[in-house]
Amino acid sequence: MAVLEVRDLTVSYPTRAGSVPAVRGVDLTLDAGETLGLAGESGCGKSTMAAAVLRLLPPGTRTGGSVLLEGEDVLAMRPGRLRAVRWTEAAIVFQGAMHALNPVRRVGDQIAEAIQLHGKVGDKQAATRVGELLEQVGLPARRAASYPHELSGGQRQRVMIAMALACTPRLLIADEPTTALDVMVQAQVLALLEELGRELGLALLLITHDLSVLAATCERIAVMYAGRIVEEGPADKVFEAPAHPYTRALAEAFPTIGDRASRRNPHGLGGDPPDPRDLPGGCDFHPRCPVSIAACPTLELQLWPAGPGPSGRRAACVHVRDGRPELVREAPVVPVGEDAPAHRG
Amino acid sequence: MTATQPAPAASPAGQEPILEVRDLHVHFGARRGRGSTARAVDGVDLQVRPGEIVALAGESGCGKTSLARAVLGLVEPTSGQVLYRGKPLGRAQRALKPYRREVQLVLQDPTGALNPRQSVYESVAEGLRIHGVKGDEETLVADALARSGLRPPRRFFLAYPHELSGGQRQRVVIAGALALEPAMLVADEPVSSLDASVRGEILALLLGLVRDLGLSILVVTHDLGLAWNIADRLAVMYLGRIVEQGPTETVLADPRHPYTRALLSVVPEVRHAAPQILSGEPPDPTRIPGGCRFHPRCPALASGAAAEAGVDDRCRGEPVPVLRGVAEHHAACFLTDESVRKEGGSRVGR
Repeated sequence: MAVLEVRDLTVSYPTRAGSVPAVRGVDLTLDAGETLGLAGESGCGKSTMAAAVLRLLPPGTRTGGSVLLEGEDVLAMRPGRLRAVRWTEAAIVFQGAMHALNPVRRVGDQIAEAIQLHGKVGDKQAATRVGELLEQVGLPARRAASYPHELSGGQRQRVMIAMALACTPRLLIADEPTTALDVMVQAQVLALLEELGRELGLALLLITHDLSVLAATCERIAVMYAGRIVEEGPADKVFEAPAHPYTRALAEAFPTIGDRASRRNPHGLGGDPPDPRDLPGGCDFHPRCPVSIAACPTLELQLWPAGPGPSGRRAACVHVRDGRPELVREAPVVPVGEDAPAHRG
Repeated sequence: MTATQPAPAASPAGQEPILEVRDLHVHFGARRGRGSTARAVDGVDLQVRPGEIVALAGESGCGKTSLARAVLGLVEPTSGQVLYRGKPLGRAQRALKPYRREVQLVLQDPTGALNPRQSVYESVAEGLRIHGVKGDEETLVADALARSGLRPPRRFFLAYPHELSGGQRQRVVIAGALALEPAMLVADEPVSSLDASVRGEILALLLGLVRDLGLSILVVTHDLGLAWNIADRLAVMYLGRIVEQGPTETVLADPRHPYTRALLSVVPEVRHAAPQILSGEPPDPTRIPGGCRFHPRCPALASGAAAEAGVDDRCRGEPVPVLRGVAEHHAACFLTDESVRKEGGSRVGR
């Protein structure tokens, strides 16, 4: 059984102007020991996805579909069961570790709290476990006595990971775990997550807008745009030969150092992500797409098979449907900056 | 090549630098009776020539932001000089004012840099008013917005920051700088808080400003990919010193300093030639190690490569010469840089 199975998930937020869709029919499967990367820009719904898995959504949020955690639907759980499942079966490492820790409590006490809330564990036993957890994430056990401000950004992120591991979850969700960190510290944290995934057999869902981070860390990648998955498949294939023009733009945003084509030639994407209250319709990427055709604004979107064999590569692009993925790959790169659509309102 | 006189160094193109930093030190005092002085910038030479983009790269705490602040006259150097068009920077506020019009700062986080209660027009016009720029204000603001890629500019006049996307906000910040017709921009992590697809657009805009307006840009970043995308020259900073600098292509294709090599190896890519993850955090500028300041973390010293070459004692005990702000590729490393090894004295470069 898959650790996580998301089926046709929809999430809409209530606003004064009516309900705004953030996730619009997402399917995902994640097995034990597997690492899945979820990529996309601000507002694409990727953080909402993460919150929905543990039902951490604000009151009034409407959800549809199902989120099966070890076969049990999180969206249908009673509050007591939900509290038990959070942290023991699935845990989240949020972005911005600096703000997620309580500044006036020792980090060891904060980790111990997570342990003691979920099981009848004595103080002494909890303290021992805290020491183990800290060492597991590469910090000396004596760091338990530190306050968050005494730790560096990377160390705080390690504490967050230790806290997430406190109740030995099967699924770990990391939402932009390295965004505020330096390259070297980012590499340390990513290496740690990979190692933990391997050693503990965790299912790892890694969420970021940096496709190169996912390509380096994950086995599979799913790319989200305007609340839907627009491409998924093996990480290296998705990154090196994108089958969706949006994935291609994301992949090219971070240059390969040494690649002549990107030297003095940064690639970007014109325009802004669509406003979820006012979606373009059809393929929602079409107003920014360099290879859109007349059919795109009214396209009935689905994920079409985009690669040979059982690789599971799929992409929601009309050119993939028509069996011409080369149109996506070989399209000339759009010059950026000059004529970007000016205003989104 | 290895002469050490501290005369102003002309570039190979014979062009005088627009900005020059000479033996700059920025130290921060310890709090009363506790700890010791932090040497954030600890002897840096750097030049930026007209029409050139220089990237200053390094991890948090390496001193790159302190260096940028000293360049802007926002923090007074402990010693050393910042020269603009060959003249040392004045220290009085009055003397700094014309300089601050010509050298403009572009901040990292456009959301924090813009006043949320000010319209785009007001934000861009503010600098014009402070500096008493003559001419039709509306035209100047519109021109600056258009040059930053916000077109048609008048549509943005009455917009407020919250109505704009992250990329648009960063363009407004850049427009505010451009309105004053600066000769140089100092950009501190100009794209690190932006989404992936917007990043390329802002970098393209910076490149275009150099091409079309002949601006010079000093860009402070931890992102070597950004340097590859836009910078002519790259200086890598570690613990208050520039440890390697040269033309971007040369430094990134053939990095000499073990620190640059490690930094380059952890840039995320699909298939990596064994990333060299340095353990620990960047060390503390209040306790700079003796000898080469990188030696406690140096993979080349740890692996014995330095001992094999017979320089390990120097790595541990001898101060590495300061790299001069010259165009050629140099690394402050006894092991990998021939002239540093020979020099062993004060400065390397012409």
